[in-house]
Amino acid sequence: MNPDPSLMVSSPEEREEARLLSALRAGEDSAYEELVRLHTGRLLAVARRFVRNPEDAQDVVQEAFISAFRSLDRFEGTAQLSTWLHRIVVNAALMRLRSRRRAPEESIEELLPKFLENGHAAELSREWGVSGEEAVQQAQTRHMVRQCIERLPESYRLVLILRDIEEMDTEEAAKLMGITANAVKIRLHRARQALRGLLDPHFREGGA
Amino acid sequence: MTCREFIEFLMQYLLGEVDREKFDAHLAVCSSCVNYLKTYQQTVKVSKAALADLDESLPKPPEELIRAILASRMKPR
Repeated sequence: MNPDPSLMVSSPEEREEARLLSALRAGEDSAYEELVRLHTGRLLAVARRFVRNPEDAQDVVQEAFISAFRSLDRFEGTAQLSTWLHRIVVNAALMRLRSRRRAPEESIEELLPKFLENGHAAELSREWGVSGEEAVQQAQTRHMVRQCIERLPESYRLVLILRDIEEMDTEEAAKLMGITANAVKIRLHRARQALRGLLDPHFREGGA
Repeated sequence: MTCREFIEFLMQYLLGEVDREKFDAHLAVCSSCVNYLKTYQQTVKVSKAALADLDESLPKPPEELIRAILASRMKPR
């Protein structure tokens, strides 16, 4: 006898998620609590990538859940719940940052490489003493890298996070940021150059 | 090609969006740009690794937050 084909293709995790989703749609309080307890920690971590202040990150996650609860009927179940919630948190974080942006952004020019009039580099680039991958195995180095990312002007930092950390494609990041795909490419390249410049004194041979 | 041009179009070079020949010719004679290219790529990896760690290092979510989120579900729209 052949087993039910739907059971053959779904993993235990998928079946578990289907159960939770159907309980959520039925409005079961315990399912909502399960969802919130299961995902809040990770979503807070995602929010903290975008907003600097821990209290703001909590507000972002709360706003995201409110928005998720309201649109649960529209969740199609093609993505995982965690992926769907992750995306809603990213949106909520960007919306919060947009609504708070008041002061004019500092320029990134100072952080970009300098060139001589003939187009050659004003300062020769050197190799980094240890490979970056090795270095970030130390908590102290990861902390230093995060601090350097924090120093990027906000519109550049956000593009770097969306593209290099969240691994969104250019079009998706452009849509979320409300800018053109070309602007995303330019900002990403500048953000990486600026960050490279900030990391360089720490990583280059003989550096800290 | 100058270092300025190389660095300006480096991302397109890595994405294969430009004619690589000029870039490769520049790399063959400019060790500074070879180093720049390597450290640029390392920057992307390092930033990813540093922020991925945030997930591991985050404390347990505050109980008040979980309560507040669950309470917000009950509020009328």
